[in-house]
Amino acid sequence: MNSSQTLPLSAEQSAPDSRIERLVRIMLPVVVLAMGVAAWEIVVRVNDIPPYVLPGPGAVFRTLLNDWPVLWRSLLTTLQTTLEGFVAATVGGIVLALLFNQSKWLEYSLFPYAVILQVTPVIAIAPLLLIYLPQQSAVIVCAWIVGFFPVLSNTTLGLNSVDRNLAGLFQLYGASRLQTLRYLKLPSALPFILGGLRIAGGLSLIGAVVAEIAAGSAGAGSGLAYRIAESGYRLNIPRMFAALLLLSAAGIVIYGLLALTSHLLLRRWHESALGKES
Amino acid sequence: MADSIAVSEASARAAGLAVSLRGVTKVYDNGVTALGPLDLDVRKGEFVSLLGPSGCGKSTALRLIAGLNAPTSGTVGVSQTRRQAPGGRAIGFVFQEPTLMPWTRVRENVRLPLKLAHAPAAEANARVSEALAQVGLAEFADAYPRELSGGMKMRVSLARALVTDPDILLMDEPFAALDEITRFRLNNDLLSLWRDLRKTVIFVTHSVFESVYLSQRVIVMTSRPGRIGAEFHIDAAEPRGEDFRTSADYAGYCRKVSNALAPLRQGLPGS
Repeated sequence: MNSSQTLPLSAEQSAPDSRIERLVRIMLPVVVLAMGVAAWEIVVRVNDIPPYVLPGPGAVFRTLLNDWPVLWRSLLTTLQTTLEGFVAATVGGIVLALLFNQSKWLEYSLFPYAVILQVTPVIAIAPLLLIYLPQQSAVIVCAWIVGFFPVLSNTTLGLNSVDRNLAGLFQLYGASRLQTLRYLKLPSALPFILGGLRIAGGLSLIGAVVAEIAAGSAGAGSGLAYRIAESGYRLNIPRMFAALLLLSAAGIVIYGLLALTSHLLLRRWHESALGKES
Repeated sequence: MADSIAVSEASARAAGLAVSLRGVTKVYDNGVTALGPLDLDVRKGEFVSLLGPSGCGKSTALRLIAGLNAPTSGTVGVSQTRRQAPGGRAIGFVFQEPTLMPWTRVRENVRLPLKLAHAPAAEANARVSEALAQVGLAEFADAYPRELSGGMKMRVSLARALVTDPDILLMDEPFAALDEITRFRLNNDLLSLWRDLRKTVIFVTHSVFESVYLSQRVIVMTSRPGRIGAEFHIDAAEPRGEDFRTSADYAGYCRKVSNALAPLRQGLPGS
């Protein structure tokens, strides 16, 4: 199928090459990170910058360890909000796309409003939501608003991308609407849906953070974004950096988990999840 | 219209016909007349090829017989006999492309028509295995479609059409995209399946050689709108095999059929 099968010689030569290339691809960003952190520390030390202006990476790391109980609770709060918003976005986006797929009238009636919800900046909606809803629900609604649109539009695209001959086959064998949906449309749309979820995961975190900052109230149930705002008022800059570091890590983990799920579900059949070798 | 179909069904059964088209036309929404009027009778157990250039309406005729499209006028009669097995259907259809679901294994692809008809699982399993054995793919039941070659995918498609034990097998240029070696092998396998199972086969192709090799009757179609231009009965000693493919009789039939196609080709723009 590929040239390496017909030419075993070139395959043997290319194997170590690709291993080295993979190692380089992992090592290069790590080296850049190490150099950046080192430069940061040196700049802070040489210029003797006080920590309330710019803390060095060492100070940030110490704060992360010292304030861990507070930050950990905040992280859990933010993650819970993100998860709830993400689940709502996933369910809402997929259900709405299925309804649109079954009824053109419903799609024509509601789709413009889905777009309006998407293009209106969530940071502008958040204060309004906080007036009308309890804080915890308002935060989740914010996470939902930013997350559901990519799920909706990707699922719609997937449901409309069904192979025409396969659709004819289902018609020939007298498949019901439900059977066509379950055995043909949903599996066809799965790669698209998973692509939408990958975007929605990161966006739900953004929605949660935006709403927390807008809410800005204190208390045990306050998330990481609130910690950042609070630390800013108190000029506790190292803690701001530490909280930011945690948010960033949370975003990476969410993306990684969703990418892994997508890979595991699609690896046997979809082009996007197949290696270049096959 | 429903009444006239029922009437022609009865008359088709009486005459031992599997398929009977009477004055069938198909006009598409854009005003193009794709077909007809077309009259066609196919006897039970017969192997008939519809041969013609691209765009002559032969695939349209096949889709009308399958019930995938409705005729603009005329009647389409299809005999409906012995439907005792659950999930059994009168018609099996093989598309030009393998048309397999890439997300599921070969076994599940073949099982699809039975699953849609809510056939009991135990019986469905047995019939899926039987259909896969018929096309020689028993050991590839758990493979995914992308792991198979083009010829093997087409065999899966054929197994899926056979799994409902249809009386009539409609094939729409099924081997057109395959290389000649694979195509010859599938031709032979299809012939032996036809001999064993005694199905009615309506085979659409644009290959003179393929149509003569396979069919008892070759129907040459004219284009725009599609009508029957000529008809040839291919009388050859059964079972046909590689001997027939290299015989003088075969070459003679091919010449005759090609000559019948030739005036049609001259009539086409750009040729």
